[in-house]
Amino acid sequence: MPYLKWFIATLIVAQLMACTTVKPWERDVLARRSMSLEKNPMFLSMDDHVYFSKEAAAGGRTFDGGGCGCN
Amino acid sequence: MLLRTFFLTFVLIMTHTAVADPSAELASYKGRVVYLDFWASWCGPCKLSFPFMQSLVDEYPASEFAVVTVNLDRRKALADKFLKDIGGRSLPVIMDPQGEWAEKFAVQDMPYSVLIDKRGNVRFEHAGFHESETSKYRAHIEQLLAEKE
Repeated sequence: MPYLKWFIATLIVAQLMACTTVKPWERDVLARRSMSLEKNPMFLSMDDHVYFSKEAAAGGRTFDGGGCGCN
Repeated sequence: MLLRTFFLTFVLIMTHTAVADPSAELASYKGRVVYLDFWASWCGPCKLSFPFMQSLVDEYPASEFAVVTVNLDRRKALADKFLKDIGGRSLPVIMDPQGEWAEKFAVQDMPYSVLIDKRGNVRFEHAGFHESETSKYRAHIEQLLAEKE
């Protein structure tokens, strides 16, 4: 019955996980500079140029509206 | 230990600051078109919306039109700093740190504005603020102003 203990423990751990939706007015933390994906905009634009040249792909790495997803 | 936890929880619940009931607060504006705007200090486009809202107040008569803003910052000091930075607080501000007004009006973006007609019904909703769409916002306001109560 050692598997039973592991099974119960897994069930308990699974109950500890939770998902939630961030409401639009709760996105203030995302707007903080420390939360930005790229600290240096110049490096970001240089990377975008490289990706576009090599893969014809661009964007997808920043949030619209300054990090908070506004507008 | 358990008793202390219950006591602290009880104290936290009882000290929760009640926010003015939206229906009661807006009842005083019945008979006027209300531009209800939800904003926060961390919202970049909100900085652009304030001069626009001030221009609306200057343009339309106070007996028929009102702008009411709802702040959603967790701390009042952040809202006060924002208002000081943009130059004054001539627009009424309702503090809603718990988001109760935002829940009631189903705010879907930041900033978010709702146009309420003279009878108190929500007629138009604007998600975000776009300077290129201010003529549309004015058209909605004028449509509601033209309606009889």
